Amino acid sequence: MSKLMKLNLKVWRQKNTNSAGNFEEYKVDASPDMSFLEMFDVLNEQLIETGKEPVAFDHDCREGICGMCSMVIDGRPHGPKQGVTTCQLHMRSFNDGDTITVEPWRADGFPVIKDLTVNRSAFDRIIAAGGFISTNAGNAVDANSVLIPKDVADEAFEAATCIGCGACVSACKNASAMLFVGAKVTQLSKLPQGKPERETRVVAMVNQMDAEGFGACTNTGACAAECPKQIPLSVIANLNREYIGAKMNGK
Amino acid sequence: MTLESKIPAGDIATKWTQYKSTVPLVNPANKRQLEIIVVGTGLAGASAAATLAEMGYKVKAFCFQDSPRRAHSIAAQGGINAAKNYQNDGDSVYRLFYDTIKGGDYRAREANVHRLAECSTSIIDQCVAQGVPFAREYGGTLSNRSFGGTQVQRTFYAAGQTGQQLLLGAYSGLERQVGLGNVKMYARHEMIEVVKIDGKARGIIARNLVTGELERHFGHAVLLCTGGYGNVFYLSTNAMGSNVTAAWKAHKAGAYFGNPCFTQIHPTCIPVSGHYQSKLTLMSESLRNDGRIWVPKKQNDDRHPNDIPEDERDYYLERRYPAFGNLVPRDIASRAAKERCDAGYGVGQSKMAVYLDFKYNMMQKYGRTEASKLNIANPDDETLIRLGKEVIKEKYGNLFDMYKQITDEDPYEVPMRIYPAVHYTMGGLWVDYDLMTNVPGMYALGEANFSDHGANRLGASALMQGLADGYFVIPITIGNYLSKEIHTKPISTDHEAFVAAEKAANDRIQQLMSIHGTRSVESYHRELGLIMWNKCGMARNEKGLKEAIAEIQALRADFYKNVRIPGSINEFNPELDKAGRVADFLELGELMCIDALNRNESCGGHFREEYQTEEGEAMRDDENYMYVAAWENKGDTWELHKEELKYENIKIQQRSYK
Repeated sequence: MSKLMKLNLKVWRQKNTNSAGNFEEYKVDASPDMSFLEMFDVLNEQLIETGKEPVAFDHDCREGICGMCSMVIDGRPHGPKQGVTTCQLHMRSFNDGDTITVEPWRADGFPVIKDLTVNRSAFDRIIAAGGFISTNAGNAVDANSVLIPKDVADEAFEAATCIGCGACVSACKNASAMLFVGAKVTQLSKLPQGKPERETRVVAMVNQMDAEGFGACTNTGACAAECPKQIPLSVIANLNREYIGAKMNGK
Repeated sequence: MTLESKIPAGDIATKWTQYKSTVPLVNPANKRQLEIIVVGTGLAGASAAATLAEMGYKVKAFCFQDSPRRAHSIAAQGGINAAKNYQNDGDSVYRLFYDTIKGGDYRAREANVHRLAECSTSIIDQCVAQGVPFAREYGGTLSNRSFGGTQVQRTFYAAGQTGQQLLLGAYSGLERQVGLGNVKMYARHEMIEVVKIDGKARGIIARNLVTGELERHFGHAVLLCTGGYGNVFYLSTNAMGSNVTAAWKAHKAGAYFGNPCFTQIHPTCIPVSGHYQSKLTLMSESLRNDGRIWVPKKQNDDRHPNDIPEDERDYYLERRYPAFGNLVPRDIASRAAKERCDAGYGVGQSKMAVYLDFKYNMMQKYGRTEASKLNIANPDDETLIRLGKEVIKEKYGNLFDMYKQITDEDPYEVPMRIYPAVHYTMGGLWVDYDLMTNVPGMYALGEANFSDHGANRLGASALMQGLADGYFVIPITIGNYLSKEIHTKPISTDHEAFVAAEKAANDRIQQLMSIHGTRSVESYHRELGLIMWNKCGMARNEKGLKEAIAEIQALRADFYKNVRIPGSINEFNPELDKAGRVADFLELGELMCIDALNRNESCGGHFREEYQTEEGEAMRDDENYMYVAAWENKGDTWELHKEELKYENIKIQQRSYK
């Protein structure tokens, strides 16, 4: 068993969407082998034992794929390590005696529900606006009847690995959602099955993105740097290309 | 009440086609008047909700997560089976059917499994049409790999995140219908009560998890697509929120629970590292395509794995099961790992782990092939590793990264340490051929039902079942019921049944909040999990199960005296949500032990120590236990009903992978 680390936490507490929040300070002993969320489990057990309210935070699969966990740790979405979600961040990435600041995603499009939990339903509405291929069950032809070059399939897959966590929005000074939208637009526009709707799709998704209050992209690249799935910035370039192309065709 | 499986008559190969051609239909105009509630938005729920909406039904879908895209199907790694025979290796619908029945140790229902195998091919077509980016070969065709319990390559995949890609496909179909106004989506909502009117399911009570308010929702039919109950063990590969609550409320409202003790323990998971551990992480079965499992031949061997020479390693699966080797089904691989660790050959700090080693195939299989492609004659070891590593990275990169992130060890350099963990539950709500429970109008799809996997599920078959049920089965079978409901007008939620159901739900919440005890919900869940793992886990016996039943009853009584739930009812309160789920697990755990105690045989994942062959293999008792145990809740006790299983198309034999 590795030696326990003594940590000081500054955690954002906010009762609900309409109330003002503030930082509270806590002390926790953690093992380096714990995940960041398991360290929060320990904190919450302490709070419950002493009759206080635990910190509300979103989490589910705890293996980096569901996209539910969402903490800004020392100013960075999902913390200091590249390419990992909060649930896959382990305490061995920190040092004994560290003070760690933990906040929720902060963006107009993601209102705080409580403490570190935010409402990301705006992302669902963007997908509902156009992030799909219009095909009903039963319509499909044999899967191998349309050949897709491996590099195209791989490119689509890379974009499709987005977990919809919202770290890109949280990292962006403009709270732009263009990495998220670009990833879906890129996946579907690369594949032959997605081509028929590519123009209507990109316009509908961008319109919804704007309506939700997400900002525009100014090419800082913070989104791609913080993305736990390392979605490349090139999907934004592709989004712009698709959008301009659609607009030039009068969509 | 007798159990009627309603299996259509006729030849197994044409039953489903015949059924589809003769089942009553609902015309398009009437579909618009019919409302369907879908609870859960994983593969089964999302595909069902989207497809039913496409057909014209009015759908309401519910999930407890913040978005339907986060259901735990997202975490499935390795792949999805389909009898496409794209590899020309002799695969067929019959072979997939046969493998699944045999893999389930002859405890699944033949007709359902054959239908599943038939639907499997259309699933792949549907997913590709939706833009699911499956792995492909250079020629542009789809790629396949092998999974346990089969000798063909029929598994389609998208790197190590097939579940994610399939779910996002189903989710996009669901969101499309939300955008078109055909589905009303309720995220952060949990179903906590069933509403029955005149014996039929007519709606649910759902709790809005943000505000704590209870809501009444009417439906002509209710579909439970709520996944499995592996979290009764506390530590499992399930997501933290995965729970049995919706299925359990259905059970308490009269739906029978089928084979609750059938639990799948997955052989390759990252071992437990400390008492704070909140969940276990799976390392995909696909890794067994290229990873070889071994332990040292010497007990308590503390040498570094790379220092143990080849002839001092025991590749025990290859030794015991030469025909299937490392690709034996999950239950067999798990028990074999336990047997070696219990006998003192385990590795790692806890000695409760075995090695999963890629070095041999990295060098000899892929390294050599790549070297040969590059015309390198007599490549040295370093070259073989360098070339082979690239191939392994392409196939399993994300899994290797995940392993390193969690354990701080590099699996490209040292073998993975793995141990079995709870992964899936074959048991679930009893359903007939239409996927309807014994409560008219209430259906169970995907992992939530019991029907397709018998006593052990084969790898890459859960995704297949979830999507078969949602895209291709329920859209047809629901017509059998709803065609008789076209005259039923929507029932007001002021109806006394809704009022009573809401009151029952509210009373339970008030009861939990008024306990004001001293122990956290989590601590009860942990304790329950330990009882279940030790006494109703990979090996079970009569004495242990009897003890477990008494211990669970005592723990449950203590829970209702001493649990402490902070916060209040009418706010976002995850501790209260968790308390409701753990309360249900505390009842389910007892039923699982009762079922395991009743089944005096070993089959699939259910291993009763009293019933094994001399070689330590599971010993079935077909004469006395070839039935589905369907349990009816009677308040504090349960009554057993049996559905006899008939095998008319498969010869029953001792399952052998040797």
